[in-house]
Amino acid sequence: MIAEIGHFALIAAFLLAGLQATVPLYGAHKGDRGMMELARSTAVGQFALVLLSFAALVNAFVTSDFSVLNVAQNSHSTKPMLYKISGAWGNHEGSLLLWALILSLFGAMVACFGRNLPPSLRARTLAIQGMIALGFLAFMLFTSNPFDRILAPPSDGAGLNPLLQDPGLAFHPPFLYFGYVGLSISFSFAVAALIEGKVDAAWARWVRPWTLAAWCGLTVGIGLGSWWAYYELGWGGFWFWDPVENASFMPWLAATALLHSAIVVEKRDALKSWTILLAIVAFSMSLLGTFLVRSGVLTSVHAFATDPERGVFILALLAVTVGGSLTLFAIRAPKLQTTGVFQPISREGALLLNNLFLSAAAATVLLGTLYPLFLDVLDAGKVSVGPPFFNATFGPLMAPVLGAMVIGPFLSWKRADFHQAMHKLWLGVAAAVTAIVLVLILSGVEGILPAVGVGAAVWIICGTLLELADRVKLARVPLSESWRRACRTPRAAYGMTVAHLGVGLVVAGVLGATVFKTESIQNMKPGDAIDVAGYTFTLDRVERLNGPNYQAERGVFRISTDGEQFATVNAERRAYPVEGDTTTEAGIHTTWVADLYAVIGEGSPTAGWTTRIYHNPLVPWIWLGTIVMSLGGVISLTDRRLRIGAPSRRRAPTGGSLSPGPAE
Amino acid sequence: MRSLLYFLPLVICLSIALFFYRGLDLNPRDLPSALINKPAPEFTLPSLAGRTVEQVDDGLARTDLTTGKPVVVNVWASWCIPCVAEHPLVDRLATREGVTVHGINYRDRPAAAAAWLKRLGDPYAKVGKDESGRVSIDWGVYGVPETYVVDGNGVILYRHAGALSPEILERKILPLVKGGG
Repeated sequence: MIAEIGHFALIAAFLLAGLQATVPLYGAHKGDRGMMELARSTAVGQFALVLLSFAALVNAFVTSDFSVLNVAQNSHSTKPMLYKISGAWGNHEGSLLLWALILSLFGAMVACFGRNLPPSLRARTLAIQGMIALGFLAFMLFTSNPFDRILAPPSDGAGLNPLLQDPGLAFHPPFLYFGYVGLSISFSFAVAALIEGKVDAAWARWVRPWTLAAWCGLTVGIGLGSWWAYYELGWGGFWFWDPVENASFMPWLAATALLHSAIVVEKRDALKSWTILLAIVAFSMSLLGTFLVRSGVLTSVHAFATDPERGVFILALLAVTVGGSLTLFAIRAPKLQTTGVFQPISREGALLLNNLFLSAAAATVLLGTLYPLFLDVLDAGKVSVGPPFFNATFGPLMAPVLGAMVIGPFLSWKRADFHQAMHKLWLGVAAAVTAIVLVLILSGVEGILPAVGVGAAVWIICGTLLELADRVKLARVPLSESWRRACRTPRAAYGMTVAHLGVGLVVAGVLGATVFKTESIQNMKPGDAIDVAGYTFTLDRVERLNGPNYQAERGVFRISTDGEQFATVNAERRAYPVEGDTTTEAGIHTTWVADLYAVIGEGSPTAGWTTRIYHNPLVPWIWLGTIVMSLGGVISLTDRRLRIGAPSRRRAPTGGSLSPGPAE
Repeated sequence: MRSLLYFLPLVICLSIALFFYRGLDLNPRDLPSALINKPAPEFTLPSLAGRTVEQVDDGLARTDLTTGKPVVVNVWASWCIPCVAEHPLVDRLATREGVTVHGINYRDRPAAAAAWLKRLGDPYAKVGKDESGRVSIDWGVYGVPETYVVDGNGVILYRHAGALSPEILERKILPLVKGGG
């Protein structure tokens, strides 16, 4: 019964989305206030209905209602409660419902909090949002109904893929989707602006918080996914350039570029059509990811069970959404008037540079991801594009971004003095150079690239802190005056500082994981010890234990240094009888400067066990960095100007010294 | 003229969509389709030093696959955990079933590979080391381990990606090497 309520709520939401997609659009065209206002009530109503439907599905999972096909295929009565709940979105149908839920959530939020938006822009934005919802709800109702019943319910379910039974992955999709789908609102704003034919500073300011919120979710989501891969796949790696990982990374790159280019639109009334294009592209990348995961055109460890019919539907949805918006873009964008002009050496210039390279990086990832498919379609053979391609291309593309992100905030708008900026940054340059030299001398790592990487991380962290110090004139005016300046600095500026510091941490962590890690694979019996990077790992014992729905072999490792034991870690190999699958759980001890990481493989008391031991310096900083980055986004979101959202009438500051104004 | 530039994103998007549409009918997991029932690629690989086998191992080349007798080619690496798991089956294939099994050692350090064989047993007739992975690319190797059945004339009959299981061994590989010729 409850499942049917969920199904009906979904149908009602579909009908409401139909209203939302059409009437306000016509109302905005005619200038009819009542019709435009319908956008708000339908958006909120649609959200309530999808939420009801989602609750019905979660209920079916929690109560293990195996008469619902989706539950029978993806759940099991012995599964821990957390995974019963997360199982609701751990499958194709349920994750689509989560998609639709977040889509309607963003619509409802704009309806509720977007009071200061001009009625016509709000009506059009919500109408576009309604169209996307219409497409996705139709997709669910016609090809992927999560509430399908089975006539003869099985006595128990088939279980959830054991790899997915993990706290990191339970929360990964909600965050990721919040980001993915949240970008729909930037998209809707962009298309609405194209329909209105007006993109100005006010528009950029309205779009910004939504993009920022989505970006924060996406950042956390990607971080969680990578963390999961790190400890669950048991290879000590954190990023595999898997098509599905790339699918979440491309929208992130585009959204990051969008956040920065929107600043230029807001402050300087330039880069308008570029910003609009980025908003469209960012969400298109999200849709692309959805298509890749669900259509089976590429292989991936994360892919859902696929079905050609669904593939065609999603592809059609993709073609209409992206093709339609880009057609509108092609017709309308050339007419957008730009007033702001600027010199190459200026803050706009730095932001543009950042945009170009971020977009190029996104395009490169796209090319690498789709290249095997292109060749396959052209019948030119089967290839797999692996990490070497991405490592060789991605790093060089990111280098200019990492350089510019520190210098940019020191540059003034319109025209800047590069030497003056570098003069303020000399300490950062010195720190980076010192770091490079130190690494070259002290570490045994070959080649100059690792040293340059360390230099880049030091450069970002020092340079970003210097910018904050310069902003409050630290050491140049009395401390009390600096404090006063610090209090007056807008939150958005602090947001930038924090987010950029996060990037520095991530760069350092990535470097540690790729260049400085030590790895040792061997066969061990209880009592054996192995030395890795100055730490002694002793396999104390291997024990068998029973989990709620699995049996595990647990290797207990004692870790000591200089004969002094300071930690034990448990590495497990779990066998899930229901699903007939095994997973590894790495045993990790983190010192916050490094991870000591142990994995146990197959083995027996007589032959011993295969073990892999890693010393991963700086790796915890990858996740620390992603959290710091999204924290920066959240701080920026709390900026008063965004909450009030009134467009600033102030002329953008011109030339000269550093403006104390917001510099995100 | 400049406004034509604004159509560029649309054109790119539509061409990608076209590729996707064609791609829907293809299955990316059908990796071997191009090589099944086709001659194995031309290759020569140097031998792996440090093995303890009686027969002379002068490396592995295409000529080793055209001896008139079906052979199994197993791609492995010492850093690959599933290879450890399937190794007893490879061993069984060679010692108990009497099938000639050649190894391609994929992107490995020769010393580590030789030590691995010493520890787990060395069922291979010949082992070619493919340090750069170049030859494996020609074979279409997607990941290690991978196992191929080649008939006596150098034609690839079957390919299994991933670790062998007793079932695959009995149902797929043995009928091919024992039945055909």
